[in-house]
Amino acid sequence: MQTKTSKSALFPYVLWIAFFVIAPIALIVYYSLLDLHGNFTLDNYKAFFTSVYLKMTLSSFWYAFLITFFTLLISYPTAYFLTKTKHKQLWLLLIIIPSWINLLLKTYAFIGIFGLYGPINAFIEVFGFDPKQMLFTDISFVFVSVYIFIPFMILPIFNSLDRLNPTLIYASRDLGASAFTTFRRVVLPLTMDGVKSGIQVVFIPALSLFMITRLIAGNRVITLGTAIEQQFLVTQNWGMGSTIAVFLILFMVIIMLITGQKDKGGRVR
Amino acid sequence: MNKLSASAKVYLTIVFIVLYAPIFYLIFYSFNSGGSMNNFESFTLEHYQAVFEDSRLLVILINTVIVALLSALISTIIGTLGAIGIVTVKDSKMRNTLLSLNNVLIVSPDVIIGASFLILFTMVGIKLGFASVLLAHVAFSVPIVVLMVLPKLLEMNKSLIDAALDLGATKKDIMMRVILPYIQPGIFAGFFLALTYSLDDFAVTFFVTGNGFSTLSVEIYSMARAGISLTVNAISGLVFFVTVLVVVGYYFVTSRKSKRMEGQR
Repeated sequence: MQTKTSKSALFPYVLWIAFFVIAPIALIVYYSLLDLHGNFTLDNYKAFFTSVYLKMTLSSFWYAFLITFFTLLISYPTAYFLTKTKHKQLWLLLIIIPSWINLLLKTYAFIGIFGLYGPINAFIEVFGFDPKQMLFTDISFVFVSVYIFIPFMILPIFNSLDRLNPTLIYASRDLGASAFTTFRRVVLPLTMDGVKSGIQVVFIPALSLFMITRLIAGNRVITLGTAIEQQFLVTQNWGMGSTIAVFLILFMVIIMLITGQKDKGGRVR
Repeated sequence: MNKLSASAKVYLTIVFIVLYAPIFYLIFYSFNSGGSMNNFESFTLEHYQAVFEDSRLLVILINTVIVALLSALISTIIGTLGAIGIVTVKDSKMRNTLLSLNNVLIVSPDVIIGASFLILFTMVGIKLGFASVLLAHVAFSVPIVVLMVLPKLLEMNKSLIDAALDLGATKKDIMMRVILPYIQPGIFAGFFLALTYSLDDFAVTFFVTGNGFSTLSVEIYSMARAGISLTVNAISGLVFFVTVLVVVGYYFVTSRKSKRMEGQR
């Protein structure tokens, strides 16, 4: 009897899975096989393997790699030092708060900061350089993305460092390992899980950003996400948009298999 | 553990400054009487006044809050029921399938969720606007509620239910007076996260919003594309204020609750 009522509790949830998980994926695959007039075709897939789209995919991966790399480079030491502060949970909370401010607002701030008359250019002028347009360059795009993703990378790394048993470090030091060897042979391998989930929550969204590319990079950077948005909302070619989406899903699955493990990080939006 | 070195402190300070500088930069210029984000002329509240006098913006603000509250409420109900249902599934293969399907929307990039929902709503014939945005927000909030409630259900001691049954509780009693109170912190956390997901979402909403309906994120995007407007700065001042208030409130409530629970033990 107990199970019967619980089974009916499952009903709206299963309905949700059918409508909002399975159906959308099926529809994306279905639409990727349609041309502009609704006829079945493989042309979209052929188009994806032309140099235009392959180049775009490659550059999207390159930017995602750069963003993930710099985010990791900044976040790991930050997380490491954070675990050694006195009120570490409070400091962690302070790191997390900026990630709760609306993404659009943070991106908008950089339109002003990087602007021709913004503070960065004013700072450069003090040293006698001419102000430059920093907006609409790929460097500003990478910078803003790294800024956005830092808290999401810090969180899983912080958690894995926090779980690390400190006696392992003492043991390593007692046995004569230097601080660097201890870090390389003990700390880093044991926190690899956190690094992996950090990479996962940064790399996949970095492939699919479209808002930051539009606002900060002008149209200098086209990521897979930008291309999908373009196909769906501007050129109205849902077939091609779906095809790119199918490949993005494939890349996502591959990345998750590479970095896959049990614990989950947050989600970046 | 050993103490932080001076260089580590400097490093942390720099990271904190970089993380907060853009936000305070925005808020600082929201009080600027000049029209731009680089010359501070004199202090004014006119941009805040402009936000509260712009009825279109106020409607959008109300829409955003209504969508967030409604979608959080509905997704909390579906998600909690789903988590209770998942726990009763004995077949481990079936259970793992359900859990993997649950995580699909959590790991999917927003663009894909948005694009696929756009196709879905167009095919089913749901008009793009309030209904489609609400449905989309419910859809992407359900899995996070499940993930928040599930651990609580799994750590619950089964003998609690047996004891209640022995003492003559009905199924309804067990649900209302044993299970729900026990998993309440998970439900609360799920609701809160669903709320923030909805308030924060831009990409999915952008795809399914249509012409007549807008949320704050989408509106900020179109304002930002048009260039700098200090009204946006005033909005960010308000958003920052509310966010800090909510975060502090949430931590106050949860820490008080956990203290009370400890007191009972």
